[in-house]
Amino acid sequence: MKIGFTPAQEQFRHEVATWLTEQLAGPYADLRGVSSHTAMVERRRVWEAELGRARLSSVGWPVEWGGRGASLAEQVIFAEEYARAKAPARLNHLGVELLAPTLLTYGTEAQKQRFLEPILMGKEIWCQGYSEPNAGSDLANVATRARLESGPNGDEWVIDGQKIWTSLAAFSDWIFVLCRTEEGSRGNRGLSYLLVPMNQPGITVRPIREMTGHAEFNETFFTGARTAAANIVGAPGEGWKVAMATLAFERGVSTLAQQMDFTNEFDTLVAAAQANGQALDPVIRQRIAEASIGLAVMRYSALRMLTNAESGALSHEAYTYRLYWGVWRKKLGELAMDVLGPAGEYAHSDVPAIHDLQHMFLFSRSDTIYGGTSQIQRNQIAERALGLPKEPRGI
Amino acid sequence: MQFAFTDEQLMIRESARTFLDAEAALPAVRAVSATSFGYDAHLWQQMTQELGWSAIAIPEVYGGAGLGFVELAILAHEQGRRLLPSPFFATVCLAAPVIMQLGREEQKAQWLSAIAGGSLKAALALSNQAGHADIGRVASTLTRSGADWVLSGEAHFVVSAADADLLLVVARVQETGVKETAVAPSVRVVAVSPKASGVRLQMTEMLDVTRPMSSVAFDQVAVRADALLGLDVDASAGLQRALDQARVVLSAEAVGGAEYSLEAVTAYVKERVQFGRAIGSFQAIKHRLADSMVLVEAAKSMAWYAACAADESTDQDLAMAASQAKSCCADAFNAVAANAIQLHGGIGFTWDHHAHLYFKRARASSMLLGSPAWHRERVACGLGLGSISSALQF
Repeated sequence: MKIGFTPAQEQFRHEVATWLTEQLAGPYADLRGVSSHTAMVERRRVWEAELGRARLSSVGWPVEWGGRGASLAEQVIFAEEYARAKAPARLNHLGVELLAPTLLTYGTEAQKQRFLEPILMGKEIWCQGYSEPNAGSDLANVATRARLESGPNGDEWVIDGQKIWTSLAAFSDWIFVLCRTEEGSRGNRGLSYLLVPMNQPGITVRPIREMTGHAEFNETFFTGARTAAANIVGAPGEGWKVAMATLAFERGVSTLAQQMDFTNEFDTLVAAAQANGQALDPVIRQRIAEASIGLAVMRYSALRMLTNAESGALSHEAYTYRLYWGVWRKKLGELAMDVLGPAGEYAHSDVPAIHDLQHMFLFSRSDTIYGGTSQIQRNQIAERALGLPKEPRGI
Repeated sequence: MQFAFTDEQLMIRESARTFLDAEAALPAVRAVSATSFGYDAHLWQQMTQELGWSAIAIPEVYGGAGLGFVELAILAHEQGRRLLPSPFFATVCLAAPVIMQLGREEQKAQWLSAIAGGSLKAALALSNQAGHADIGRVASTLTRSGADWVLSGEAHFVVSAADADLLLVVARVQETGVKETAVAPSVRVVAVSPKASGVRLQMTEMLDVTRPMSSVAFDQVAVRADALLGLDVDASAGLQRALDQARVVLSAEAVGGAEYSLEAVTAYVKERVQFGRAIGSFQAIKHRLADSMVLVEAAKSMAWYAACAADESTDQDLAMAASQAKSCCADAFNAVAANAIQLHGGIGFTWDHHAHLYFKRARASSMLLGSPAWHRERVACGLGLGSISSALQF
């Protein structure tokens, strides 16, 4: 067990840092510090392509698919330097971090050939179609249906139903969708994992305005939407297994990037406390220290989790990680508002730190809801990690 | 960067667990806690002379195994699971790092070899009557007497001191005619025999029966110049590093206690039936246990990182890691042990059940070498929030 990096790894760090600094001081200076997932979409597509050409879009991918086959340590380094350089939030993170590893594991050779390169180069942005109005915590209750039909374009899946909480849907090119392909099936059986183009008459996207005042999520309606029969990952009826694998990737290297965002938020909060004098309040100091402990815990939990994941098993810390960070960030949001004081109550502050922390505070209320509520997380920890008796299911 | 145990580290853990499962079951722990010095001397002999536990982190040149704080933390973690009463923490995790940081070459050769071989038990006398962990508030003083020194004052909460062979005493230097500044006193560590004239040692009965403590008074104790650890210069920096290393090991020990406490109560709620079903099937129980597990896993991540830092990091980075770990792991152990009492119900409130032993150890450990709140204030200073109290010296 060691926390230090080797000279070769430090050399990689230097290379990444130098490249990022050059880009973000030069041609991409306008993107420095852009953290919103919905702003400057066209410019960020160009940025994604730039990363792809430098083989920095996803350093962990195999070399043959445009990555660098980077070790875990190198991926940690990349995430740290990316955040330190204040590089913009990754527009295609669902494609890069969730779909691509799923395709690398379960996709056919043809699917890898067709989809990986456009993901890497930012040419095709992806969104995720899992949740439905009646399939939230109980995800297996998916009701969106798909059936195979022959037509002038050959065999195609025809999809009807509704997905919800689809982030990035407004400008995504493709969506990966969990839908029911076996008539009369229930629960997690009879589901399939389909890849569907967004730009077609059968798909309508409607933004959802959230309690933050912004619309980061959408409803996505499928009315006879179509995709080629070959655009299925895994066998028909095996969609649940593939979808769960995608969720597992969510616990993967992408957590490192997320933590770097948390670190930036924490730094903003500390700077705000120093600026307005709250840093000298003994209670606030205790809470800031507690938050810093959480950051350290998440960093080293993620490293444990990723190291253990290399051996295949989902380890104990992997079960607890999701709940930990959701609760942590919500507390960070509350602390931020206590630090800001009454100034944090202005609806339209022109002080960037106030605006950012306020948004974080409001958005963080969803951190213990999306991707499985804290209550569901606790059930899973208790049943799967601690081995307590399963909750009886209703009909 | 490799954030997983090596095969060798896993082997150390497995062999320690096997040994302690056999030799340190709870009834045995209770029995030895009631003996005069509060530990099993025969077991200590096995640990040091057969298993080589006291040698593990001592450099090979002094007869040790030359491993580091990760391995030491692994052993402490396993002992923490069993609440094993033993001089291990005081001697190997606290005194040995102090000697390592501050001792002159001949002192290291003498004392570290003896600790490695199991023939020396040592204790560190640091805290004042209030139990403060900051070096600046020690209640013992050294005054010059020709080339030698005279030690006066007292120390409290001295762990495993009652039959220690050597006391390492932290004392402020009082120069005659020089006005001492309260903020940055000059500090030395001196080695004193518990049997020296003027040393009075009194065991103190504690709520936590598994970690014996004593109060020690020093009444004009003559200390020879060569009993000073290191040179006649301020020892604060080296002492602080050693204390931080000990805090890291103590954190790992707390994680062990929390882990076992959670395992035991989890087993219980699977067995205990009420309303016709195992109580572990109720979400009210599940969610509390899930919260405990989150705390245990978080504390593990923090503790193992800090153990790496104890070997690898600069003083400043270690100070931060040690305080984060001490605060995080102590809070986790307190909460998990408290939760275990609640989920055991009435039986968990009895003297005969083990739950209160863990609960009391958790509380006592969190007060040792700085409380969670003290450590968070130290973290706040480390984060650059400025200082709000001139009384605290980190």
